Amino acid sequence: MSDQSEMDEVIAEFLVESKEGLDRVDDDLLTLEKDPSNRQPLASIFRAVHTIKGTAGFLAYERLQSVAHAGESLLSLLRDGERAFDPEVATALFATVDALREMLAQIENTRTDGSKDYSGLISDLERLLRTSAGPDDEAAAAPAPPPSVAAASRAAAPAPPAPAAPSAKPAEPVVALPRAAPATPVAAKPAPPAAPEAPSDDGGERDAGAGRPPGPSGATTTSGAAPAGETSVRVDVALLDKLMNLVGELVLGRNQILQFAGLREDPAFQTTSQRLNLITSELQENVMKTRMQPIGNALHKFPRLVRDLALICKKQVRVEIEGENTELDRTLLDAIRDPLTHAVRNSVDHGIEMPDVRISRGKNPEGLLLIRALHQGGQVTIEIIDDGGGINAERVRDKAIARGLITPEQAQRMDESDLVNLIFLPGFSTAEQVSNISGRGVGMDVVRTNVERVGGTVDVTSRAGKGATVRIRLPLTLAIIPALLVGQGQENYAIPQLNLVELVRLEGDLARRGIERVQDAAVYRLRGNLLPLVFLDQLLSGNGSRPAEILDREVVNIVVLTAEERQFGLVVDRVADTAEIVVKPLGKLLKNTAVFAGATIMGDGSVALILDTAGVASCASLTSKTAKRLLQLNGQTGADARKDATVSLLLCDLAPTRTVAIPLQTVVRLEEVPRAALERLGDSTVMQYRGDILHVLDLGGLLLEAPAADEAPFRLVACRTAGGRQFGLLVAQIRDVVNRPSIAPLAVPRPGLLGSVVVDNRLVEVMDVARIASETIAFASDTEVAA
Amino acid sequence: MNRVPTEDQQLCTFFVAGRTFGAEVSAMREVLTAQPLTRVPLAPQQVRGLINLRGQIVTAIDLRERLGFPPCDGKKAMNVIVEGDDGLVSLLVDEIGDVVVVSADDVEPPPDTMGDRARDLVRCVYKLEDKLLLLLDIEKTIAEVE
Repeated sequence: MSDQSEMDEVIAEFLVESKEGLDRVDDDLLTLEKDPSNRQPLASIFRAVHTIKGTAGFLAYERLQSVAHAGESLLSLLRDGERAFDPEVATALFATVDALREMLAQIENTRTDGSKDYSGLISDLERLLRTSAGPDDEAAAAPAPPPSVAAASRAAAPAPPAPAAPSAKPAEPVVALPRAAPATPVAAKPAPPAAPEAPSDDGGERDAGAGRPPGPSGATTTSGAAPAGETSVRVDVALLDKLMNLVGELVLGRNQILQFAGLREDPAFQTTSQRLNLITSELQENVMKTRMQPIGNALHKFPRLVRDLALICKKQVRVEIEGENTELDRTLLDAIRDPLTHAVRNSVDHGIEMPDVRISRGKNPEGLLLIRALHQGGQVTIEIIDDGGGINAERVRDKAIARGLITPEQAQRMDESDLVNLIFLPGFSTAEQVSNISGRGVGMDVVRTNVERVGGTVDVTSRAGKGATVRIRLPLTLAIIPALLVGQGQENYAIPQLNLVELVRLEGDLARRGIERVQDAAVYRLRGNLLPLVFLDQLLSGNGSRPAEILDREVVNIVVLTAEERQFGLVVDRVADTAEIVVKPLGKLLKNTAVFAGATIMGDGSVALILDTAGVASCASLTSKTAKRLLQLNGQTGADARKDATVSLLLCDLAPTRTVAIPLQTVVRLEEVPRAALERLGDSTVMQYRGDILHVLDLGGLLLEAPAADEAPFRLVACRTAGGRQFGLLVAQIRDVVNRPSIAPLAVPRPGLLGSVVVDNRLVEVMDVARIASETIAFASDTEVAA
Repeated sequence: MNRVPTEDQQLCTFFVAGRTFGAEVSAMREVLTAQPLTRVPLAPQQVRGLINLRGQIVTAIDLRERLGFPPCDGKKAMNVIVEGDDGLVSLLVDEIGDVVVVSADDVEPPPDTMGDRARDLVRCVYKLEDKLLLLLDIEKTIAEVE
């Protein structure tokens, strides 16, 4: 039962989308008729028809699909310039659009695409495909309505363009039906509501779901026929936009009045402004809600879609959806439907391998497609993750070169992640065969165009043999968000609270001493973790190197922020207040300033910029590479696509003259410990650490047999063995983190050493600390047990 | 110079660094006195800041900087608000002049000797009785600088 209603929802959605698509196709065809050389409308028509074809396929509307497919094939020729756009083609395409509309109307009423025979139209389209040279003798019969007539007749609605179907089966008029005879659904069962709905003429189809078809009959549909419930009204999104903007301004006005109210003693004014405050907040909340929809609305069709798709491809695919309750502005939701569909289709069609291939690669024969939506860093991120074969960067490169999308020289300069992202170029498709599902060279470019239109970004990361992730990031425009206001110099800035972790204020001595440095990067020890610091003034001045005196402050305010799973501290002059702010986008001149996500108007009418946490983090990392390394060091970096390609090593001094390297992946944390913290337990050195007993190795003592001076505090490197046991290493000084493509093996292997790397023209040994530890500590714990 | 107008038109005039500029009246939204500006760090050079125009955030472009003139000597700039393709933009000018009607007969292409940056943004020159009026290409002026 619920399955049925879910299905109905999917179909209703498909109908609305398709009809909107066809409306645009109408416009585009007319544009194209006027100017056949204009390629833009052609691409748009192609996409619309492509989408209809695809979805029709999943919903098992075979007639609809076959007509759309025939139309698409013809469009494909046009797009590739292999056929000229002439009146005959135009007529046929209009006829296709009409036929599609007719079937959509049929579906709306009877849930089937009818039994009407469109073979005439299809054969017509196919004939046009074959006679791709241009108008010839055979075509002479068809172009009866010259373009202008066709256009005019469409405008005049009742007279449809004459079907270009001289060879059509005589049984059915091919396209004449939809308008000429509204009440003659050829389908077997003429459902009662069919009459008013079926015509679906130019004015009517926009109204897909509404219960007030302005069709010619004017009759309202009866009882069960209204596709939408009686409690809802379709409202133009533009109107909601306007409401939203007005409420935004009302909020600002309210804020200003509240400021006045604070200065005045008049109780009546106080009460009134309080009421205004409450009402405005509620109004704002509700207007917001009218625009928000859980993303699940756009996602719930995918399991079915993927299932059908998998059947066609003879693959096994399981779909998982996470974060379906993530709310998204309605305009954004609309904008990502298409891109998501294409991306999912691509993942199934190209990403996930055939079951036998998967088995031979040691994977579960059933592929996994994970669609995940989440709010992240003031953005909505939607990820489509498959565990298929990944994207073959070399094949992408070769294809892109072969198609002339890039030159071989350009390709040389691109790394793997650049290469895989070439799939977003228009006209790119790696599928060898034109399949019914994807692989006509539309798809990923549609994804990108649509996402970028709403100010989002899309990228793909691929792990060879393990799968690919398409990540769509959408901005939060239009939103009213809680924010923290901070001051820097003369200006105030807003930081979305979503990214805020905590506030740290250092005063006096702490302010002067609390901030330490690793290389040239400033860090603060937040409960034992090194927190990389970004100075807002330095960041905004665009000045990379920062004079040391900045650290000599009486008070240091650190705003601890999280961006893309990393934490960092932003040092600001003042922490002012929290406020609800209306995010307003910046003009295009400022689009490239990644540090700002937008601007807002404060209660006093001044403009404040909104800091983009992710942008701040990436800007800061650029100016200070060490900070970035520290971020990695803290183990909080999640998705560094290229991490696999290099080995990160922590450089430590054991003594002033002796530097060794430790693979960063074994390092858990860095600490400074006073010597007094070390205790003896049997033969081994231990310390109490986070409520546990940590075995500690004195690397200097082990390697140099000359422990460092007794009174100096140690740096402790907390590490983890392969078995997951923690241990500590004592070193004199922590120097840096370096990345190297590989570790050079030793000519003569020595236990405890992995090899060597070159740092600053000097060879540095890479210690196999995990191994050293497991040998030493195993021994130590044995004695412990014995004791 | 196919961008030279062929008909009489109404131009709103304003002054930047002692020169008279004009823009089609239809392109203008309004003219404002000096507004509080919020500086945008790291922004392109010609962006002086943001102003609040009745709840809308408007990017203010320093026309002196854009046209390659030396910066203003601290005097408050006037705002000429024009409509760009993604919202309103304010052009900061020294002073606002009258609305004048210019005749297509008086039009000339911008002289080659003009500074490169300015010539790029000036569509044509009108020879008025007492001075020359430079017709500004608003679209280009508020476009991104590469």
